[in-house]
Amino acid sequence: MLPVFAPVQMHIPDGFLSTLVSLVLWVVSAVFIFTALRQVNKTLGERQVPVMGVLAAAIFAGQMLNFAVTGGTSGHLLGAALATIVLGPWAAVLVMTAVVATQALIFQDGGVLALGANLFNMAVVGVFVSYAVYRLVTGLARGARWGVFLGSATAAWTSIFIASLAAALQLALSGTSPANIAVPAMAGIHALIGLGEALITLGAVAFLYAARRDLLNLASGEGKSSKSVLIGGGLIALALAVLSPLASANPDGLEWVAEQKNFLSAAREPLYAIIPDYVFPGISNEAVATIIAGVIGVVIVLGVTLGVAHLRRGRKAERGS
Amino acid sequence: MSGANSLTPFLAGSSLIHALDARVKVPLTLAFILTVSFLPFGVWPVYVLLLALTVSAALLSEIGLARFLRRSLLALPFALAALPLLFTIPGEALARFSLFGLTLTLSGPGLVRFASIAVKSWLSVQAAVLMAATTDLPEMLLALRALKLPRLLAAVIGLMWRYLFVLVDEAGRLLRAREARSGSREGAPRGGGLAWRARVAGGMAGSLLLRSLERSDRVYTAMLARGYDGEVRSLPHPPLSARAWGILAAGLLLLALILFLSRWMVA
Repeated sequence: MLPVFAPVQMHIPDGFLSTLVSLVLWVVSAVFIFTALRQVNKTLGERQVPVMGVLAAAIFAGQMLNFAVTGGTSGHLLGAALATIVLGPWAAVLVMTAVVATQALIFQDGGVLALGANLFNMAVVGVFVSYAVYRLVTGLARGARWGVFLGSATAAWTSIFIASLAAALQLALSGTSPANIAVPAMAGIHALIGLGEALITLGAVAFLYAARRDLLNLASGEGKSSKSVLIGGGLIALALAVLSPLASANPDGLEWVAEQKNFLSAAREPLYAIIPDYVFPGISNEAVATIIAGVIGVVIVLGVTLGVAHLRRGRKAERGS
Repeated sequence: MSGANSLTPFLAGSSLIHALDARVKVPLTLAFILTVSFLPFGVWPVYVLLLALTVSAALLSEIGLARFLRRSLLALPFALAALPLLFTIPGEALARFSLFGLTLTLSGPGLVRFASIAVKSWLSVQAAVLMAATTDLPEMLLALRALKLPRLLAAVIGLMWRYLFVLVDEAGRLLRAREARSGSREGAPRGGGLAWRARVAGGMAGSLLLRSLERSDRVYTAMLARGYDGEVRSLPHPPLSARAWGILAAGLLLLALILFLSRWMVA
């Protein structure tokens, strides 16, 4: 198996986020992706399909490029910052969307229902935060060489770090992992993973700086929308950086939100309570119910197995004759 | 690198599941995962029934049960994130551990919650594995188009898929070249320091990006030469057969029933 398809901690699988959190983040991500589609259509026009498609493939394949850190662990690229620096924020949103969605749909790297949250973390937060940090640093350096290098490294590290905070908060909001454990754990691991990302991104940008400096001209204007992206990215970074230590210090706050949500779902319960409250038709013991469900399950599976075997034999006989 | 084909989890076949229209498979998979997500914690009989569903679908698909189960365990390490639940949910104490001077109390409800999350995640991954193993990406995109995925995004993902294998080969060549140039003595670490190794990997990423930018120029020119005008066109697809509609409806109904059953059990 190639390293590119090894599951990364950042990709949340299905089952770990509550339905409400998943669905809300699906809507949020969809809004950003639609905006990105419109913006990219304006700037790239008919070139966008080949450029976005091939570059998404490059970022995807680029995740294979790893380097040994120590004792069998290795650093490798996620690519949100690199894509943002080379393509600009909106195009990077689309590229990361294509990559993250394919990882979920084809390689089960991240869940399908959780894809909305994963897109939000990697394609929206990762990209916007990279953009804000890169613009800020290159702006402060007034186009000097060190600004490009420092900007790309800090953008890469910050994007990974802030995206991991977002993932930790989502897990806490879903009641899967208490905030006072999830936030420090995710932040700690990704502060290290972010270093690998920063180093590779720096190397890549240094290469591009030598070979095609024109590609790194992100800072020099991209219209009005770039300012709102800059501000938005900064706000996302700030909000998450402030919110998560707060949540971590007061896990009860988030628990309270989760409780409220449970309360909401409990409030829907009466819909089903119309039916008299026994556990299974005629069976009051849950253990017995589980055993019966197991027996039914085995019968279904056995039936299908026999059916397939029968069909296969039939097909073989057909081919033989 | 000859690995490009072994890269995709899609396994060509002629089973009933393979033959099923993607416009039925994809919505049913999504509905299955959504149903699992809606299930309350601790409804074991329902989990067992859903497991029977996924396993029988896997048998029908003839992709090999062992392979199916192995791939479905992919998300297992993530269960670590839910592990603290064992000790943080209040309830009757099942066991007590002391760890580094910390006393941890394993609670009954905590155990139920943790096991439910793990099982629900496993069931969802199984459904996704099954879909990916029996549906090729182009087919999947068609189905997603039918579910209102924007045409442009579908086109970008489709093109990405087409060039992914080319660029994975390219990345493989870069890795092989690095391997060939990195001599090492027995026992001594390869190459220079950490920063140096990271810089080399970064240079490879930069060169990959540059080569693919140039490739995208060539692809664009080739598309123009073939009459591309910014619009991605595809042949209209035959409407779903009555049988496919039937399977879709039956599947959705079954899932709704299961969801209803689970709520009934909790109530």
